[in-house]
Amino acid sequence: MNRRDYFTAGIKDGIPICLGYIAVSFTFGIMAGNAGLSVWESVLISATNLTSAGQFAGLSLIASAASYVEMAVTQLIINLRYCLMSCALSQKFDSKVPFFHRLFVAYGVTDEIFGVSVSKSGKLSPFYSYGAISISAFGWIFGTLLGTVSGNILPARIVSALSVALYGMFIAIIIPPSRDNKVVAGIVIISMLMSLFFTKAPVLCNISSGFRIIILTLLIAGAAAVLFPVTDEEKEGTSNEQ
Amino acid sequence: MSNNIYIYILVMAAVTYCIRLLPLTLIRKEIKNKYIRSFLYYVPYVTLAAMTFPAILTATANIWSAAVGFIAALILAYNRKSLITVSLVSCICVFLTELITGL
Repeated sequence: MNRRDYFTAGIKDGIPICLGYIAVSFTFGIMAGNAGLSVWESVLISATNLTSAGQFAGLSLIASAASYVEMAVTQLIINLRYCLMSCALSQKFDSKVPFFHRLFVAYGVTDEIFGVSVSKSGKLSPFYSYGAISISAFGWIFGTLLGTVSGNILPARIVSALSVALYGMFIAIIIPPSRDNKVVAGIVIISMLMSLFFTKAPVLCNISSGFRIIILTLLIAGAAAVLFPVTDEEKEGTSNEQ
Repeated sequence: MSNNIYIYILVMAAVTYCIRLLPLTLIRKEIKNKYIRSFLYYVPYVTLAAMTFPAILTATANIWSAAVGFIAALILAYNRKSLITVSLVSCICVFLTELITGL
């Protein structure tokens, strides 16, 4: 595959991300408009941040005139999970991939783009990332624009339906390898049950969703690594070929 | 808003970008340790599974349409359908459920 093929493959896998992002950023746009931000300002936030939870939290801090330090700490806490994702992603790139590619790929480390990137078998081409990032970022910015300008141009039913697009994609990434590998299947089931438990249990339910993900990842992936360390042959065998 | 909106946006963007950038640029060599490699291999399955459930159940207008979308996605993914197929059919199932039940 050459660069163009990788880029095209990235665009193709990015289509469901784009649709899901339009639904989410549309809501962000509406809320930004309500908070008194101009179209330019809300689009600028989406274009420079490319993250959902962080932007929603940022919006409420802006609206309440919070301090800049408060803003920095909140973003750090909410988005810290990207740090784990970037660590995993760092191993997907060939160590020869030039430094500047990493600067650009880092811009697009979101839950969803990370998801499609790690599901590719073998080493990852930065051009695949560029394909996925460009169409996803387009959806994110376009949805924000629509939401801020129009308020409610999209019928509620469409927004509701598109809201599962991203989850559907996550399921498409984690289920096929679960068929081939019992450890992965166990991890997927335990993660979902633990996540449910953390959402419902007293005290634990006060943990923010960002931290819930970090805690569960450290616990479950950590335990699995000790109990079931993988060999490289196994890795290749379970990679989800699209 | 008493503070400058552009400084807010700059702070948000800079913090978020640094979190994403640092591991990617600092860890440039292949990690040899078997346990760290295994941990990083398992990371996506935990993060994506934990993000999906139970959040998917509250993503749509009501829990029933969400449940239908969730089950449809599970069945299609189990049969190794592509990302876009699983994602879109799941959306269509939610849409139809809400349309039919009128919820």
